[in-house]
Amino acid sequence: MTGYLTGRALQSAIVLLVMSFVIYALIGLMPGDPIDLMINSNPKMTSEDAARLRALYGIDRPILERYGHWLAAAFGGDFGFSRIHARPVMDILLPALGNTTLLLGVSFALSLAFGLWLGVLAAVRPYSRTDYAVNLLAFAGISVPPFWLALLLIIVFAVMLGLLPAGGVPMTSDAGLWESLRYAVLPVANLTIASIGGHTRFVRAAMIETLRQDFIRTARAKGIGERRVVYKHALRHALVPVTTIVALNFGALFSGALITETIFAYPGMGKLIFDAIMGSDFNLALVSLLFATLFTLAGNLLADLAYAALDPRIRYG
Amino acid sequence: MAEAAMEAEAIRAQGTLTLAWRRFRRHRLAVASTLTLIVLAALALAAAPIEAALGLDGQTVDLFARFQPPSTAHPLGTDELGRDFLVRLLYGGRVSLFVGLTAALASAVLGTAIGLIAGYRGGWLDSLLMRLTDSVIALPLLPLLIVLAALDLSKIGVPAEIAQSEDISLYRIVAIVGLAGWTTVARLVRGAALSLRERDYVLAATGAGAGAGRIMLVHILPNLISPIVVATTLSVGNVILLESVLSFLGLGIQPPIPSWGNLLTNAQELIWEAPALAFYPGTLIFVTVIAFNFLGDGLQDALDPKAMEG
Repeated sequence: MTGYLTGRALQSAIVLLVMSFVIYALIGLMPGDPIDLMINSNPKMTSEDAARLRALYGIDRPILERYGHWLAAAFGGDFGFSRIHARPVMDILLPALGNTTLLLGVSFALSLAFGLWLGVLAAVRPYSRTDYAVNLLAFAGISVPPFWLALLLIIVFAVMLGLLPAGGVPMTSDAGLWESLRYAVLPVANLTIASIGGHTRFVRAAMIETLRQDFIRTARAKGIGERRVVYKHALRHALVPVTTIVALNFGALFSGALITETIFAYPGMGKLIFDAIMGSDFNLALVSLLFATLFTLAGNLLADLAYAALDPRIRYG
Repeated sequence: MAEAAMEAEAIRAQGTLTLAWRRFRRHRLAVASTLTLIVLAALALAAAPIEAALGLDGQTVDLFARFQPPSTAHPLGTDELGRDFLVRLLYGGRVSLFVGLTAALASAVLGTAIGLIAGYRGGWLDSLLMRLTDSVIALPLLPLLIVLAALDLSKIGVPAEIAQSEDISLYRIVAIVGLAGWTTVARLVRGAALSLRERDYVLAATGAGAGAGRIMLVHILPNLISPIVVATTLSVGNVILLESVLSFLGLGIQPPIPSWGNLLTNAQELIWEAPALAFYPGTLIFVTVIAFNFLGDGLQDALDPKAMEG
């Protein structure tokens, strides 16, 4: 178990390291460089000045050398400054990371709960009317463009009904819990609806597969009640494949968070990354992309742990 | 009894495709989806004739005719620049469907190649390619795709006239989305190739002196066509979603080329003035994507009856 997890953690660390270089190189290929931005804001700057600044900041050095410097500093805990915010990157990143964890955590738990409920409901009576309706809902869920769903939610709940704010966060920092919750409803709803479909389909498929197995027939033959058979015997077994697929979907969940946060102006990682890329805040983009990668890789490791806890046959290492 | 025997005889006489068609026909949603997609594709392809026949113009800006409600002159009204919205939608469909189909095909080819090589070669190459696939799946894809979409192409040596041409956003998005979508097919093909390569007929072909390329393409690939077709159909929907998201964020298809995604770019700012403009493109994306998903589902039932549930 420990051996397997160490191996997985090591693999994630390697992926993270490789991605740090890939992202570093890609950010360098974005339009302009930091000196261009300085030139834009200072018309008196001559090309000699610009060249001198490039040499001073080391932007004229080969990419491997620059990356080496950056990596050494990052390992020392120095992630540099954000250009837009004019503050250390970490000061901006950590609150955003907290907000995103909250948004993703709540939406994930909600959509998984709905997915389990609907998936089991459909699977106990395959090809019934209920199954048909659940299937239709699930297909609609995976097919709706998440950003459009967000627009529809805004149109209905903010524009037409005026019940909820269209986005953002409470103006004052001392807004009550209730007020903060009101701002969170639409983003959470959007992300939840966008992932229910997938979860429902996974659960349904795994449950149908499980309910056909011999041990279920045995359980029924022993006279165990149908409820207990479904929820105790079958569901636990079906959760194993569901965990795997849900874990693989963690990256997709983060992509959904980026869309949701951008549209609802929710101050999380996704919006931070998007704004940093669009605003040529190279350093902030680089570090926040790396943390997003770290975030999803950590999610996958957690899923591995859950996998081991659910399946008694799995005793790693 | 005699009837059942006759029916069995009739079934035996039919080809695999006929049987698949029979199973497909039973999936009513898939059939309806196919018809919907045919209609949508026909409308999109006929964008120019329709534009001419209705005497409309999707290009000319008329600031005096912004946000017109639907009328006989403009069946769906006009957008924020006074252009006819129906014509913009039709042309947008052309772009979105084109990107969806080509990028899905490109990622299927890439995924098949990677999966075949990994599954047939095995060993360290297999481990390496599969680690790569797992890693790509685990990554937060959308943020990375946004970076790719924001790259300055002239910095990687693309000549300036190509990098600045109007159509570049079209090819760029196909490449980006194709790059993102190959993992499902790769895993699928790899798994199947791994078991197929141990079959006797493959061993026989090897014994008869067939090279690795021939075995992969002639002996293994044909057996995998059904699952690849199903996976590719299902991925068209995802590709269209991804394209629309990137275009919506202003990073995909660049105006003046319309796509269903970038028709929604301004929808959020205009949500108070013209909510209808947000409604149509999104509905079309939704209908198209769900139709491709039902079609994929139906094809799965038809082509791969073993995988059929229940």
